[in-house]
Amino acid sequence: MNTLMFSLLLFGTSLIAGLLGALTGLGGGVVIVPALVLLFKVDLRYAIGASLVSVIATSSGAAAAYVREGLSNIRIGMFLEVATTLGALLGAYLTAKVSNHAIAITFGMVLLYSAYLSMRNAPEDVGTIQPDPIAVKLKLRGSYSGPDSVVSYSAQHVPLGFGLMFCAGTLSGLLGIGSGAVKVLAMDHVMKLPFKVSTTTSNFMIGVTAAASAGIYLFRGYIHPGIAMPVMLGVLGGSSIGASLLVKARVATLKVIFSVVIVALGLEMIFSGITGKI
Amino acid sequence: MDSIADKKMELAIGRMLRFGVILSAAVVLVGGIFYLVNAVARVPDYTTFHATAVSLHTISGVIRGVRDLDPQSIIQLGILLLIATPMMRVVLCIVGFSLQRDRLYIAISTAVLGILIYGLARGGR
Repeated sequence: MNTLMFSLLLFGTSLIAGLLGALTGLGGGVVIVPALVLLFKVDLRYAIGASLVSVIATSSGAAAAYVREGLSNIRIGMFLEVATTLGALLGAYLTAKVSNHAIAITFGMVLLYSAYLSMRNAPEDVGTIQPDPIAVKLKLRGSYSGPDSVVSYSAQHVPLGFGLMFCAGTLSGLLGIGSGAVKVLAMDHVMKLPFKVSTTTSNFMIGVTAAASAGIYLFRGYIHPGIAMPVMLGVLGGSSIGASLLVKARVATLKVIFSVVIVALGLEMIFSGITGKI
Repeated sequence: MDSIADKKMELAIGRMLRFGVILSAAVVLVGGIFYLVNAVARVPDYTTFHATAVSLHTISGVIRGVRDLDPQSIIQLGILLLIATPMMRVVLCIVGFSLQRDRLYIAISTAVLGILIYGLARGGR
């Protein structure tokens, strides 16, 4: 295969991943690594490097749109970024210590978990319970205009949420993904933030988290321009198209299809990791 | 909490993020076109890992490469600009919180920026 053909195929695959990721809200990064490793036979470390670059691009692009709507909470995001960026440094450090097999197996399990999470419905927004005193001190609250009235919220269980965010950051740095699934889990299930706030704030945080490990990846030589270039441009193009399409009707079906793809890739990653193919 | 100041800060951040992503994508695209025009016929071996050349994994190496118009270095410059985009967002937040005299959040944002700089400084040598 010549370089032009290879780059075009990578670009096309990344475009589809970005498009599906944006339409289903699952993010494109999560399928890029398995696609590169399983289909293109690229070494796991190059795949992780290219994926992380695409994650920064899509997160920053989408966050630009979200902050204008005023749904993401800058203070909650910034506070939790202390945990995610520290975790990301640890994760990036671990990639050099842990074998490719172990990374592949972990990756597979995160894929299965993401698919499981996407199949559940958005939890009901709970009204304001007694606010966590730490949340009051740290100003971890806010409000947004709901359909009929202004919705106010305040974070619960801050230490546990912070701890989970550290884990999300570690996974992000280890696997080169946004790990939005874990971030959303920490924010809406543990900290009881409204679903809209947690999804947009999580997206907002992904770029900063990924930037923390990207420098380390670059120095280790994981970010290869020949791979990162088509992947970044493809995912960015695909997610921009996806965000502007907003075809609500078909999303449910798409989500099922995409989840099946994610489950298949997850099982294949675990299998390849165990049998030593990766 | 000053919600009007927050709103202004959010708008400024949104514009900056958009600008950063478009700029870095444009640089990567230009580098990518050069790269493909000059590409060797066969795909390099990516199946086994060899760390990229020193000129592609240090900031000084990338800058030297860009001066020599090396296509791969131009792509890496775009990627460095992309990594800098969320860092600039944190800087903008520090400015915004300073205008609001929110000491707690100036400290929190500065800590995040410190962690990011540490990651890049370890990487960028």
